[in-house]
Amino acid sequence: MALNPMEQFTVRPLFAEPVLHIAGHPIYFTNQSLLMVIVALAASLFLTLAVKPGRLVPTRGQSMAELSYEFVANMIHSASGEDGLKFFPFVFTLFIFVLCSNFFGMVPGSFTITSQIAVTFSLALLVIALVIVTGFVKHGIGFLKLFVPHAPWYLLILLVPIEVISFLTRPISLSVRLFANMLAGHTMLAVFGGFVVSLGAAGGIFTGLAIAPMLLIIAIMLLELLVAFLQAYVFAILTCIYLNEALHLHDHH
Amino acid sequence: MELAAAKMIGAGIACIALVGAGIGIGNVFGSYLSGALRNPGAAATQTTNLLLGFALCEATGLFGLVIALIILFT
Repeated sequence: MALNPMEQFTVRPLFAEPVLHIAGHPIYFTNQSLLMVIVALAASLFLTLAVKPGRLVPTRGQSMAELSYEFVANMIHSASGEDGLKFFPFVFTLFIFVLCSNFFGMVPGSFTITSQIAVTFSLALLVIALVIVTGFVKHGIGFLKLFVPHAPWYLLILLVPIEVISFLTRPISLSVRLFANMLAGHTMLAVFGGFVVSLGAAGGIFTGLAIAPMLLIIAIMLLELLVAFLQAYVFAILTCIYLNEALHLHDHH
Repeated sequence: MELAAAKMIGAGIACIALVGAGIGIGNVFGSYLSGALRNPGAAATQTTNLLLGFALCEATGLFGLVIALIILFT
């Protein structure tokens, strides 16, 4: 194996000097921090500047911003009902951040923030913490009824532990889903890129054959663009579904 | 040497998880299509569930793939 396809995921400090020390631990400004700053700046600048003039007939940029707003608002409304719209700023920020991180990661040579389990797990913990706080604020101790489905008592002995475990594994599955999709996709692109390089270097007829993995990379790239959007969407809609459970427990709205 | 060979075999075995993901994704889209062709009017309302099912399905297989990558490259 000539090139290590996992090399693209290494986090490197950009400056030799640590930016600050927290309790004796040096905090470096890494390539990941840089991409995070770029993503946050680009997303917030685009969304604020595009709608600032408030044109009646929107330009392309403005209608993109408005469409994403309506898309997320509809998603929250359908998944968690009318009172889920209180959480619109949170879900919208989460969606746009994950979406932009995924798309910025697709640029060749850049760094995919969401391919780091630390980042996705922090986001997932944030979501679960919000769900728990919302549930207890809204229902008080009655929030624990979430773990008791409508069933005869002898089934509850089995069902309650299952419900508790499924609730506790949510941050893990939520974070690993996004992380694994990004990691697998980018590794696959790197492996096929390695095929192109080694075929091209082989000389003779093999150099011409290098076009085949090249075409495949283009197809995979398109698939990865779809996955990048889909994973951001799934992350946001699962947040809405978890929030819906915290807001309405088991009763259907 | 034996450790390296065992790692390779382990990574290969971990990739079997993707079989289930393949079957699952096929099932999701196949069921959606057969349902959508029977009742095209309701098809558009179910795209959210379709994408959700696809993503949940795909993720379970990728858990296995990540284990394989971790075995290979760490």
